[in-house]
Amino acid sequence: MLEFPRWKYVLVALVMLLALMFALPNFFGTDPALQVARKNRLPMDEFARQAVGQTLSGRAVAFRGSYLDDGKMILRFASVADQLKARDVVNDSMAADYISALTTASRAPEALRRIGLRPMPLGLDLRGGLYLLYQVDVNGAVAQLLESYDQGFRRTLASANLPFTDITTYTGSKSAIPNALRISLPAGADVNAVRDALKKSNNDLTFSIGSGDSGPTLLMEMTPTQVKARQDYALQKNITTLRNRVNELGVSEPIVAQQGIDRINVQLPGVQNSAEVKDILGKVATLEFRLEDSQNNAAEAKQRGRAPLGSKLYDMSGRPVLLKRELIATGDQLTNATSSAGNEGPEVNVTLNGQGGDSMLRNTRLNVNRRMAVVYIEKSRETRTVGDQKSTRDVTTEKIISLATIRAVLSNQFRITGLTAVEARELALLMRSGSLSAPIFAVEERTIGPSLGAENIRMGVRALGIGMLAVFVFMALYYQRFGWVANLVLLANVVLLTALLSMLRATLSLPGIAGIILTVGIAVDANVLIYERIREELRNRVTPQAAIRAGFDKAYSAIFDSNVTALIAGLVLWVIGRGAIRGFAVVLTLGIATSMFTSLLGSRALITLMYGGRRKIDHVSIG
Amino acid sequence: MEFFKTATNFPFMSTRKLWYGLSVALVVVSIASFFVRGLNLAVDFTGGVQVQATFSNAVNIDALRTGLEHAGFREAQVQYLGSSRQAAIRLPPQNGQTGDVIRGRVDGVLHALDPRAEVTSLDVVGSQVGDELKSGAIKAVIATLALIFIYIALRFHTWRLSFGAILAVLHDPILVLGAFSLWHTSFDLPVVSAMLAVIGYSLNDTVVVFDRIRERFEGSRRLEPVAVLDQSINQTLSRTIMTKVVTLIVVVALYVLGGQALKGFSEALIIGILAGTYSSIYISSAIALDCGLKAEHLLPTSVKKPIDALP
Repeated sequence: MLEFPRWKYVLVALVMLLALMFALPNFFGTDPALQVARKNRLPMDEFARQAVGQTLSGRAVAFRGSYLDDGKMILRFASVADQLKARDVVNDSMAADYISALTTASRAPEALRRIGLRPMPLGLDLRGGLYLLYQVDVNGAVAQLLESYDQGFRRTLASANLPFTDITTYTGSKSAIPNALRISLPAGADVNAVRDALKKSNNDLTFSIGSGDSGPTLLMEMTPTQVKARQDYALQKNITTLRNRVNELGVSEPIVAQQGIDRINVQLPGVQNSAEVKDILGKVATLEFRLEDSQNNAAEAKQRGRAPLGSKLYDMSGRPVLLKRELIATGDQLTNATSSAGNEGPEVNVTLNGQGGDSMLRNTRLNVNRRMAVVYIEKSRETRTVGDQKSTRDVTTEKIISLATIRAVLSNQFRITGLTAVEARELALLMRSGSLSAPIFAVEERTIGPSLGAENIRMGVRALGIGMLAVFVFMALYYQRFGWVANLVLLANVVLLTALLSMLRATLSLPGIAGIILTVGIAVDANVLIYERIREELRNRVTPQAAIRAGFDKAYSAIFDSNVTALIAGLVLWVIGRGAIRGFAVVLTLGIATSMFTSLLGSRALITLMYGGRRKIDHVSIG
Repeated sequence: MEFFKTATNFPFMSTRKLWYGLSVALVVVSIASFFVRGLNLAVDFTGGVQVQATFSNAVNIDALRTGLEHAGFREAQVQYLGSSRQAAIRLPPQNGQTGDVIRGRVDGVLHALDPRAEVTSLDVVGSQVGDELKSGAIKAVIATLALIFIYIALRFHTWRLSFGAILAVLHDPILVLGAFSLWHTSFDLPVVSAMLAVIGYSLNDTVVVFDRIRERFEGSRRLEPVAVLDQSINQTLSRTIMTKVVTLIVVVALYVLGGQALKGFSEALIIGILAGTYSSIYISSAIALDCGLKAEHLLPTSVKKPIDALP
């Protein structure tokens, strides 16, 4: 007699029903789509959705449907031509308020999406796009902090009338003392007074007193915790900035994530023009507002080769300009910046925060009819290899982008002119997204064209389809009715695996598809183990039902054992691997688990249905 | 249909010297090739630039290489990729140049040959990242082997079986490495993951055979080890071969239809599965036999009180 507990039937049926539901959205395919988002980053509402829809309809652009998803509007199109037309319309007539990004959207019915059923997102290798791995110069961030301490100390000591000879910065792994500042004082100076003064403004710093060649010294060493905190801050700040910039660029479903301790991984589906994107993502740029030094002669300073005290010499398209070192405001104090076409050409409309606004008000009130400069500062890193030696150096470019007479008192809102349209747009974007707190540079960059992505997915799915078909035919021929059971179970396994991956929102990559294919092979393995055991029992003249029961029971340990080792390999890959390799590992590991479920429970349920109960059987259709 | 209608009775044990010889020869050739020829490591591990391009007509590889050289790309490796309309270009690390600069230069060369040529993918991997990926891959292989060794040691009650299983497990990835170095097939990250899958997957035949050996010894401990091992392998033979045939069907489908990106991956799987099947039939049990495997090693005997523990 062959039996299978009723609750197990129910379990199998329930799991498969759920799996079918979760896997369903993957089988509808995708439409070309356009993602529209508000420029001011507020979520789109129903009203905005209708407004955009009406504008498109008014321009005779047909779309299949639209919906709001996570504060963004998604429009589906029947063809790529419509998609591109719609993008042009949004960029033409709604560019002031909205940004758009080309994307794809599932064709699955609205109802499925509403209850949270979504297809697996596709990896870059299947949809095309740009993958960037950025190295963050975290040590540079620590050096920056030390530099700001250095300047702060100088200001504090000067205003407290405490004399000092010099402040030396120690930074990087090569210096004798890592990450420290040494303040050298003249002989006989009151070192405790200096320490107390500095301590007052920086309570969390530790100072130790020593003696130098010419007098007492004060050493400020950053603790490892402080160094780590600074590095983490730089990394997190950069991730935020990169996210903002990516959003500003209008990329749909971007990924910006930390990788390891000092890397940031950026994945931009659908992005092809990597030059423009990378230029904006990696740019470390800020603005400084300074007054012109009109008391000194700039041409003279240029001739002498040095600027007078308190000023700095700049070159503005060949003309020397002297600017006061004192800052009126900096880019950090910006709260908003937008570019537009003004009467005097392209302009950037800037809003400063309270502090910046106050400073601007104070400075412009005192200096009407003098000139103020906007200095654009960009930091970049050059790597050059000479022989085996690799050297990197940071390059800072400072450029005066505008030098204009202050006509009226400015406060927290004003315009910057004197830029080209592209410069204005880029500057506004960079200002809005915030500055990078430490320089980043790409250490890995992969571009996959959309045609290659489409080909990869087509070939992967075809290999899966034909491979499965071949297995189906083989199993049906070799094991007859049992073979069909195995095939059904195999199909169930693929559905279950797809459902699980969709539930986990795992990204499907090409190695992931390969993993599904390999899982088909492994899932068959379990069935073959059972069937061969049943045949063996039948050869030993055991009754059919006893043979089936023995087949399942005795194969159980072999299936379990043999899968453990594959599971070990899968888990190691899962933990150590990254990117697409991790995708493969996830699929392999889950696939082994689902194949054990389907072949031990699913297969047994079906076969018990066929041969179970009290009926008398004298032949088993197992080939 | 059944390929193994009658129970087979191959004398695997008495002919084992022959199979050892074959295995040793293959392993020696693999290791020698690995050290002499090395592996054709992909940019994933060496750092550098990998470009895939599609042309509107068949492209002349030599013209492409010359074009690249004139554009200042030294040591460019160019080869067809699947068809004569597709080419893969491999460049050594380009000092500090970003992807878009390289792309612009490569585009220039391609368009001079064929105005409708298109770069379909471009990978720039820094040499530091390459080194990290390399050490990551080595770590992954070592971690997998270590965990599987621990599993084997716990799973089989005697070191004789464990030793056989471990040699069989090492045997398979060595042959995969050997094949990749002999044929100079590009060795990239997916190949490493395929190798790990092979390490995990090929052991399962060995486990099934060993399971059967224990079962046979349980049935009768008087049996000669040679006979038990032969019978165990023969009895599981149809299962071993059937499962591998089915897995090979899908992996070959992947190899033939999966496109260039998965060629190396599926090739590693095919070689690994073949090697794994061979080693679990011919090698692992034979080694256990030569280590002196007997029934009592697998079956718990009555516990004798140790004399030393007495006062």
